[in-house]
Amino acid sequence: MTWALVFEQLLNGLQYGVMLFLMAAGLTLVFGIMNLVNLAHGSLYMVGAYLAAAATQWSGSYLLGVALGLAGTLVVGMAVEVIALRTLYERDHLDQVLATFGLILFFNELIAIVWGRAPLYSSLPPWLQGHVKLFAGSTYPVYRAAVIVVGLLVAALLWYVVTRTRLGMLVRAGASNRTMVGALGVNIQLLYTIVFGFGAALAGLAGLMAGPIYAVQPGMGELILIQVFVVIVIGGIGSIRGALAGAIIVGVVDTLGRAFLKPLLGTVIPPTAAEAAGPALASMLIYLLMAVVLAVKPAGLFANR
Amino acid sequence: MRSRLIPWGVAALLLVALPPFVIALGAPYYVDLVRRILILAIAAISLNLILGYGGLVSFGHAAYLGIGAYAVGILGFYGITNGWVHLLVAIGACALVAAAIGAVSMRTSGIYFIMITLAFTQMLYYLGISLEVYGGDDGMRLKSKSQFAGLVDLRDPVAFYYVALGVMLLFVFLTYRIVNSRFGMALRAAKSNDARSRAIGLSPYPYRLAAFIIAGAMCGVAGALYANHTSYITPGLMAWHQSGEMMFMVILGGMASTAGPVLGTFALLLIEEALKGWTEHWQVILGPLLVLAVVFFRRGLAGIFFKPDA
Repeated sequence: MTWALVFEQLLNGLQYGVMLFLMAAGLTLVFGIMNLVNLAHGSLYMVGAYLAAAATQWSGSYLLGVALGLAGTLVVGMAVEVIALRTLYERDHLDQVLATFGLILFFNELIAIVWGRAPLYSSLPPWLQGHVKLFAGSTYPVYRAAVIVVGLLVAALLWYVVTRTRLGMLVRAGASNRTMVGALGVNIQLLYTIVFGFGAALAGLAGLMAGPIYAVQPGMGELILIQVFVVIVIGGIGSIRGALAGAIIVGVVDTLGRAFLKPLLGTVIPPTAAEAAGPALASMLIYLLMAVVLAVKPAGLFANR
Repeated sequence: MRSRLIPWGVAALLLVALPPFVIALGAPYYVDLVRRILILAIAAISLNLILGYGGLVSFGHAAYLGIGAYAVGILGFYGITNGWVHLLVAIGACALVAAAIGAVSMRTSGIYFIMITLAFTQMLYYLGISLEVYGGDDGMRLKSKSQFAGLVDLRDPVAFYYVALGVMLLFVFLTYRIVNSRFGMALRAAKSNDARSRAIGLSPYPYRLAAFIIAGAMCGVAGALYANHTSYITPGLMAWHQSGEMMFMVILGGMASTAGPVLGTFALLLIEEALKGWTEHWQVILGPLLVLAVVFFRRGLAGIFFKPDA
């Protein structure tokens, strides 16, 4: 195990972390502002991946595909909000969970009808292929590096929008007292639709960036969704800062666990036992981490309510 | 109570009469179908205890279905086929896991509780996938069904059907007794008003945890039966959509009612069966149906047939 390898895996963890963050930010915003639990957030991630892959194939241009994928997810998100979710804001969390569970079934099957169940592979343009040189001869894939940069840029942008713009001010005001904001003449319903659409677009961005790295297939959204729940529980619900910290912690811990737990275990217990226990423990690692965080801070690391 | 016994009696008689009837009609497939529904109804009954009466929205109840099934599978793998041992281990393992998950999860409430129970179950699901010895992702075949020497042979589909029916009715009765005991009243009091129940000296935590453990153990029995039903055990039993379906069985039937989970399980699985017979893409219809049910059908089926318990 060399330090270059550790460094590369750290970067992979960061890359996975920023993708988790894009998902967690939308989910936590929607929860913080509308008090809505949206299980179908993972479906929007899947929709983003499929729309971008299809648009890239259709137009032949990667950037156009990405733009269309983002816009498409935004529209799908707003449509879902207007048609299905608007009636659920006043309901309890159980009803919201169940209704959005129904939406997941619908979206997974709809995608399977349109594109089939087999995984879809998307290709990258030449300028995103290859590797960048880091230090001492070690290299890192350009695409993964680009994902990290885009993710961090979006995080900065999100911070700016929420804390420094009028829209962000309305969003924060709506989170603390929706009735008052409505009484002051703000169209709350429109605000909710916009926020939900943005959350959907962030999920779509995560999905379309995941496309070339992981398999694009029906049900892909639920795998990441449950890890995003872990992120949110660790970070604290409703907090963007918490979502960022939680996402990077979970991304790094999960990636390093999968890469190094087996060899590390092999040094203390017999290799055959490590062969069996390593992957099992690695896949459980973030859930154990979540249990520890809960035991110490039940409301998450950055709880703001 | 007496007026409620009449529909129960009629339903039980119909279920008892079903196997000879469908076999005479030449459709023994329905014995298998209803047996599966009865077994999953046991799971739904156990979930109703915490979800309906306890107000604990557990999105991870499939964990116990899986653990119960794996208990049978793993014991069978090592050549232990005694059904009583299977049941005992399934119940014990589920109770232990429920105690661990419950103790951590109940430090939180509301949406956190939903997410955490889901995440822990997902953890067990991945554990099942990574257990290569027991088939990993593909699952494992049950070499021999649980043996209840001299009592009943589960290889006989009709005998197994009556076992499932008997266990289900037993659990309906058991839940009814639990809910109307002092313990059950404390549990329901904590659900309807946490602060008030504390004020009269009832700390909700031990009651909720005990209910969580009982529900887990009951679901373990369903899991053990389910393993015998399919003779095949996969991690998919613990997947999140299994947990979601179980919640729907309770909600469709009507939360916090004795008959609700049974009615809901029959309704959901029969609708699924009908849609599956109609189109391969049945989920694209089921999904919106479930959304509509949540939005418009709030009291569940039991609300039509019975007055609310509480």
